[in-house]
Amino acid sequence: MIAGRVWKFGDNISTDLMLPRPFMLRPPEEQKLAVFAATRPGWVAQVRSGDIMVVGRNFGTGSARPAARSLRNLGLGCLLAESINGLFFRNCVNFGFLAMECPGVSEAFEEGQSAEVFLDDFTVLNRETGVRLKGVPIPGALLELMQGGGVFPILEARGLIERIPPH
Amino acid sequence: MMGKTIVEKILGRAAGGEGLAPGDIAVVEIDLTVLIDTDFFPSNWRNVTKVANPDKVVVVYDHRMPAPDRETAEAHVAGRSFVRRFGIKRLHDVGRDQGISHVVVADNAYALPGMIMVCEDSHTCSAGAFNCAGRGIGGPDMIYCITTGTTWFRVGETIRYDLAGRLRAAVSTKDVFLHMAGRFGDHTNQNLEFGGDGLRYLGMDARRTLTTMAAELSAEFAIFDPDDVLLDYVRQRNPTAVFEPVYPDADAGYKERRSIALGEIEPMLALPDAMVNNTIPLREAAGEQIQQAFIGSCANGTLDDLAVAAKVVGGRRIAPGVRLIVTPGSERIHREALKAGYVSALMEAGAIVTNATCGACAGGHLGVLGPSETCITSSTRNYKGRMGDPSARIFMASTATVAASAVTGVITHPGEFLSEVVA
Ligand code: SF4
Repeated sequence: MIAGRVWKFGDNISTDLMLPRPFMLRPPEEQKLAVFAATRPGWVAQVRSGDIMVVGRNFGTGSARPAARSLRNLGLGCLLAESINGLFFRNCVNFGFLAMECPGVSEAFEEGQSAEVFLDDFTVLNRETGVRLKGVPIPGALLELMQGGGVFPILEARGLIERIPPH
Repeated sequence: MMGKTIVEKILGRAAGGEGLAPGDIAVVEIDLTVLIDTDFFPSNWRNVTKVANPDKVVVVYDHRMPAPDRETAEAHVAGRSFVRRFGIKRLHDVGRDQGISHVVVADNAYALPGMIMVCEDSHTCSAGAFNCAGRGIGGPDMIYCITTGTTWFRVGETIRYDLAGRLRAAVSTKDVFLHMAGRFGDHTNQNLEFGGDGLRYLGMDARRTLTTMAAELSAEFAIFDPDDVLLDYVRQRNPTAVFEPVYPDADAGYKERRSIALGEIEPMLALPDAMVNNTIPLREAAGEQIQQAFIGSCANGTLDDLAVAAKVVGGRRIAPGVRLIVTPGSERIHREALKAGYVSALMEAGAIVTNATCGACAGGHLGVLGPSETCITSSTRNYKGRMGDPSARIFMASTATVAASAVTGVITHPGEFLSEVVA
């Protein structure tokens, strides 16, 4: 079970907003500081480790840039979305950031409430209201990657890429 | 049993079975992997020790070409040494074969009917115009794909779009996309399949605009039925290619079937910051003043686009205070446009015609926007900050509309400049 304080965002949020162009050539530790710089300046400083993002439809639309890595590096525990752009979802899997689609989640939470996420049955609980929702199950192999640090540790273990310290 | 859609068939065949349905995970061998310059940026790239199939890898530098800064130059150096080390034969570096990856793939018919193709970049669904299952997969997945030669896809549900009839004068498939984005919204986790009797009037450039822009609908795959227009194009550009076109079953199980009467589409406009649920008929916003007009990108840097732009501005002058920047999708298109006289028509009117690259579309160079500026673009994205300063406003429309607006200095319906049908 994962539990955390909820931050809320809307529909159709693009990766351009999470990783603005001028930061794309910067190291990942700097990239994470630019998340939502244009639309919610100051937010990254308020994020605490284990916080949960609750978002609307079509989250992560747009560019393939590694914005999921920035969310992971901010220490966020999980992303819960009405729906997630398929390419963004792949980046969540491959960078080891837990992300689940959960219809109704946007309505079920206010910002600041706390959420519990159960990965044995893919349900989500609002601790304040007691509302429980059913998420879209994540296939086992993908969940393993999300929870195991993504795809790079596996490629390292198989000797397919050279080892470097993780970012 | 219910019949299969094109994507279900291609993925099913590649996964070694016929039985795939929405919700399944397909583990497949990849027919073509395309690496781009951003893959080689230090924060994205990992030194690989093995490449599964060097002959199935193409490397195209596109986002920032020629290198505008040291970081990009470093990425280009890293890519060249990767290409040498693993004996990759197809590298599109600065020069004659330069272009945006999706356009280079189309120019050379690297994408083939029935094939599975991956690239980091989100607009890889562009290859669907070729009846090819092309998909953007992100940086880490690319490293997985080149080293193992395999990947996975979640099989999504498919929406079938039947295109009927013919577009009117001054209307293009960019307007069709803007209409779809406004009317139907996002298509997250869904495939788009295009067919219908309207296909015969749509050339490959027009089709590619639609499949490329499908990324903005968050579609998984966007794929066209095969027909003679496609097969002739592929045979001409890639005569030795071996491929098998894939047709949908007549009783394929679609989530929904929608028909679009092409003759009823009018010029459309996306308002700044978003496309999904944010488009209106152009006539409702005409008159808005602009400082920059951009024609280019993987969706609208085609030869058709340069032809239309030249036709609109030919013999006229760009409005004072407006910058018209035109970036061909590839140097091959650039050369063809030179031969056809489009480049000189554009330059005489006052346009800057740049080398082929992503350029202003990606906001990295060749037309970055300043604070509070207004731009109208025929490229792929109008997100806040996409093309430069976050306070800049980016409207999106067809190339014809962008060119007409550059001439008048305000957002303008292209009808008065064009009377013939434009695909
Ligand atoms: S032209 Fe624009 S959308 Fe297309 S690949 Fe380049 S940056 Fe991406």
